[in-house]
Amino acid sequence: MTMATRENGTNVAVAGILASIVVYALLADEPFLITLATRVVIFAIAAVGLNLALGYGGLVSFGHAAFFGIGGFAAGILASHAQDYTAVFESPFLLEGTNQMLIIWPVALVAAALAALAIGALSLRTSGVYFIMITLAFAQMIYYFAISWPRYGGEDGLSIYTRNAFPGADPYSNLHFFLIAVLALAISMLVVWRITNARFGLALQAARQNPGRVSAAGIKPYNVRLTAFVLSAMITGLAGALYVDLIKFVSPAMMSWHISGEIMIIVILGGVGRLFGPLAGALMFVFMEHWLGTSLKEVLPREGAFWDFIQGFLEHWRILLGLTLLAVVLFAKGGIIGILAGGGRGHG
Amino acid sequence: MGEPVLDIRGISKSFGALKASDDVSLSLMPGEIHALIGPNGAGKSTLVKQIAGELASDSGSISFCGADISSLGPEARARAGLARSFQVSSILPEMSALENVELAVMGQSKRIFGFFRRSLTDARLAEPASRHLLRVGLEHRADVPAAELSHGERRQLEIAMALALKPKAFLLDEPMAGMGPEGSQRLTGFLDGLRSEAPLLLIEHDMDAVFRLADRISVLVYGRIIASGSVAEIRSNAEVRSAYLGDEAA
Repeated sequence: MTMATRENGTNVAVAGILASIVVYALLADEPFLITLATRVVIFAIAAVGLNLALGYGGLVSFGHAAFFGIGGFAAGILASHAQDYTAVFESPFLLEGTNQMLIIWPVALVAAALAALAIGALSLRTSGVYFIMITLAFAQMIYYFAISWPRYGGEDGLSIYTRNAFPGADPYSNLHFFLIAVLALAISMLVVWRITNARFGLALQAARQNPGRVSAAGIKPYNVRLTAFVLSAMITGLAGALYVDLIKFVSPAMMSWHISGEIMIIVILGGVGRLFGPLAGALMFVFMEHWLGTSLKEVLPREGAFWDFIQGFLEHWRILLGLTLLAVVLFAKGGIIGILAGGGRGHG
Repeated sequence: MGEPVLDIRGISKSFGALKASDDVSLSLMPGEIHALIGPNGAGKSTLVKQIAGELASDSGSISFCGADISSLGPEARARAGLARSFQVSSILPEMSALENVELAVMGQSKRIFGFFRRSLTDARLAEPASRHLLRVGLEHRADVPAAELSHGERRQLEIAMALALKPKAFLLDEPMAGMGPEGSQRLTGFLDGLRSEAPLLLIEHDMDAVFRLADRISVLVYGRIIASGSVAEIRSNAEVRSAYLGDEAA
């Protein structure tokens, strides 16, 4: 009981950090910090999705960038057609372009779900390192397909000029968009929280711990895992749609394996199988990326051999990210949430 | 005695040149405990996996409650009411004892795609699960993570999970393995009462338990059934004595 209270406290603290960054940004008039916080939220949503498969289901997918990108392209394609006043396609049914997020999101969810159903149905026949590799292979296939598909910009990608619309929100307000992203994050986390505590979650976590026992109880681990994989991809796809609205641009780079790796790093940093892990991990990741990679370089002196070395070193801030990740994997399997709230479950 | 609940006819399984089970026929009649014994390496584990559906047989057929289940997977056989326990305790270590049993209740109910209602407090899961824990005497450990249960308690948990499947037959793979004398004696008494609920196919090394419980005994050696009969017949069977029992039965 005390363990649960401590985790709740940690969760409130993590959410509080995000909120105080935005409050500070508003008071100090630093609009860029709001964009950065929105980036945190969107990567957190992507990681909430992966965490359902990886954390709760033990399915180490190295291909979630595919779903992130599919969600992104769904948003980008619909928005670009809305800009040109053309239809996406006319048969078998008419699909018009739109700039309404509330229409784009369901399309992104369905597209990610269909892709995940096909990829998962094949990949989940393998396990362990083969599963990691086959999900990577499928994501790379989709990545190369997007590059060689000239209709929507190919490798150069596709720009959208105005942020898509959400009822009651000002498309030019970064704060409004941040709040929309927070709403999507809250819904995603609520869904994962309910699922993992319901019958389905019991079966999913049981299948991670002991698939033989699940079979003997009359439940097919494959069906449970496939369902979780599809749900997981849908949440990551939603994050992709939001990401396109954040950077007003979509390109195959969203599907590259770097992105799969970054989403996975966020899940592991934050705490595998912990509800608020993805948010904690995304906070740490995005701010490491920003401060070590950009801000710190501007603040530190440039003169002298020592500072020259430091400046050069920060050019490769990912080394520090790598060391942090290594430390988490070796010494703190519960990630940030595990360190703060205790009770690292130490799997995955 | 009527129709057999479980009727295994001539099943075989080879791994390369090794015949792990060779034309094995066995039946399980209502209300009986049928013990399967055999020295190490006789192919008992292979046979259990074939019956449970984890290993496909090369030939032969298995029928259960009158239906051919030869082509069904382990999940479908479990849902049909063939409940197995494992030789090495197979539990969900991070979950509480209660949740372990809830999983089996859930499989039996065939309703696993619940995404909303909290499983831990769902009376349709928790109530039958607690009842089964109570039956095996583990109710005071319901909230303890299964990883923290003692060896003997894990054996009890296995039985509770089997009970939760509302089985029409039990397939118990060395349920006494690693239990102290007191524990095995208690479990023997428990299994004795179980046969009125559903017949048991009992794979067991503990000869005291086998001789006390079994209505029939079959002896498996090198993948073949070399003898099958009542306790007295098996005790006096010369072939069995030389192959397996040695001085122990004398």
